[in-house]
Amino acid sequence: MKYLDEYRDEELARKIVDEIRRITTRPWVLMEVCGGQTHSIVKYGIDRLLPNAIELVHGPGCPVCVTSLEMIDKAHAIAQRPDVIFCSFGDMLRVPGSECDLLVLKSRGADIRIVYSPIDCLKIARANPDKKVVFFAIGFETTAPSNAMAVFQAKKQGIANFSVLVSHVLVPPSIASILQSPLNRVQGFLGPGHVCTVMGYREYEPLAERFKVPIVITGFEPLDILEGVLMTIRQLEAGSWRVENQYPRVVNREGNRVAQDLVNKVFEVCDRKWRGVGSIPKSGYKLRYDFKEHDAERIFEVKEIDTQEPARCISGLVLRGVKKPHDCACFGKECTPEHPFGATMVSAEGACAAYYAYGRHLEANPQTADVA
Amino acid sequence: MSSEVGLLGASCPIPITNYKEIVLAHGSGGKLSQQLIEKMILPQFRNDLLEPLHDGAIFSLGKQRLAFSTDSYVVSPIFFPGGDIGKLAVHGTVNDLAMCGARPLYLSAAFILEEGLPMDDFWRVVQSMQEAAAAAGVQLVTGDTKVVDRGKADKIFINTSGIGVIPDGVNIQPRNARVGDRIIVSGPIAVHGIAIMSVREGLEFESEIASDTAPLNGLVEAMLRSEADIHVLRDPTRGGVTSALSEIAHSAAVGIELEEARIPITEEVRGACEILGLDPLYVANEGKLLAIVAAEHADELLGLMREHSLGRESAIIGGVVAEHPGFVTMKTRVGGRRVVDMLSGEQLPRIC
Repeated sequence: MKYLDEYRDEELARKIVDEIRRITTRPWVLMEVCGGQTHSIVKYGIDRLLPNAIELVHGPGCPVCVTSLEMIDKAHAIAQRPDVIFCSFGDMLRVPGSECDLLVLKSRGADIRIVYSPIDCLKIARANPDKKVVFFAIGFETTAPSNAMAVFQAKKQGIANFSVLVSHVLVPPSIASILQSPLNRVQGFLGPGHVCTVMGYREYEPLAERFKVPIVITGFEPLDILEGVLMTIRQLEAGSWRVENQYPRVVNREGNRVAQDLVNKVFEVCDRKWRGVGSIPKSGYKLRYDFKEHDAERIFEVKEIDTQEPARCISGLVLRGVKKPHDCACFGKECTPEHPFGATMVSAEGACAAYYAYGRHLEANPQTADVA
Repeated sequence: MSSEVGLLGASCPIPITNYKEIVLAHGSGGKLSQQLIEKMILPQFRNDLLEPLHDGAIFSLGKQRLAFSTDSYVVSPIFFPGGDIGKLAVHGTVNDLAMCGARPLYLSAAFILEEGLPMDDFWRVVQSMQEAAAAAGVQLVTGDTKVVDRGKADKIFINTSGIGVIPDGVNIQPRNARVGDRIIVSGPIAVHGIAIMSVREGLEFESEIASDTAPLNGLVEAMLRSEADIHVLRDPTRGGVTSALSEIAHSAAVGIELEEARIPITEEVRGACEILGLDPLYVANEGKLLAIVAAEHADELLGLMREHSLGRESAIIGGVVAEHPGFVTMKTRVGGRRVVDMLSGEQLPRIC
């Protein structure tokens, strides 16, 4: 398939791996920021193609995983109301709140629908004027423009029965938080390709400078990731720390200005609590006051819910790249996608869930095992 | 656990999965479906015929060996590109029998109809079943109809059961897979699931993707007529190729190794899977089969399958190995390797 097969070519992959092997003189720890990248790495076994000296640790970039338990419980409280049609991206449905997940609420009769785009919710709202249609607006900067557009259009078209429950998160503050941690091991980053499609990569330059880490904005196909690793290792071996762009077919330095303007019109930056990590200052978006008629938190006045995560879960450490899924005694045993303990197992893009989906819980030594 | 376990062990055995009610994922053909059957149903009815959890039960009456199978059809929408619920109901049971190595003979059909279903729609479904049965060479010999209140069913649900005879010398079962065997798939995968999803989600692709639903008994008969030593046949319906192969690896206590680059898939279906964030290995097929055959006969069988109209794009996609018994691994396109595990719940579209 055009534009895909070119990036999954075994011969080219081998060439890049050989080059990585050739230039690597000592151990390095890299973090891929995005859940989508983690998914690709485990799905294609990319980490196993790399020399042992290079360790990939998995970043916080799964928006479903890091949505706080409090926010999920709020979503559940709203979704259970008989006057509500609750719409969500598909992989949010299996994420457990304190009591159950949205799939269970659906089985009990709640009207919960999977949408591919928040704009679809406007159609649902128009078709159901006697219902309140709520969209669970989660995600990083990638999904912010389409979520903003849905709210903007709802206001413009006077669709009063549409609102959003916003739990947006931002990548740069989370990278800063990882690098500030005394436990940090990460020496270089594969930056988030799709986030930067929207935002550009200008805002990563001060991070690279301040923490003296190379950041290579990287795509999601196997060859993208391998090339991103190569570029990062080149910088590390040369002792440099710049922001580089591996993904120029999609990303440029300035990003998508139209999308950014829309996002800024609808959202403003706020502090945000991340599941498994805790509160990070200025790490999220909330709706601006101008759009309060479409703010589900205001409309439904769901009270703050106090929640607690299982004590044995190490997802906070996994999200910050300090530990890997198989470092956890519960991984694949008590903690599975059917019965997740914490953030990184709850969504398909979480590091623990990706390891599980691609069978690493079945392997004796998941770190290096070549199962054949 | 409660100390008040009732008489006859009547406490519900399922809580380890943490679901107090049935959720849709229990019907996905993945791990939750398997748990539901193994924890709730199998212990109550355990017997030698049920135990293999094959597509159908295989048993003898007098000197004749028979296969017996049943399946229910609840697809929505009931009409879709390439087929409809009626066609699916006939093909599904015919195929389950064929996967036992049987020649399907007789079907039953039970209809649960929702009040308000247009008579024209019912007529179209019945007509379609008649055509499908005639084409597959089976007779519908008994049936039932029930009507429920509006909203208590979704237009029409159909159950079909079927009986077929197994020719002498044919022994096809999942546990027969042997180390060294090759695995053949009869054509491009994931077509049916994507066809259904594209109409259900209102997705429009450049070209319409039509379901691959088809009766496989003709193809199977041709395969069985050959000299090839076929060990296992399986139609990878719900849960896709992965679930079917995982079950085989499990019941034969062998490992299975796939090569991603050899698995046939059309451009349209691959594109749709990429857009929807779905893995085609888990998407349903309705007119495809997997054959596990002795290595020395693999090429011969492949050639024969390619001569049949339903097997033109057959391909060898992997083999049976002694390593990692009970699970399936795959060599990825870029030369990496991973385990291909059964799905936990339903495949849900990813956010980004």
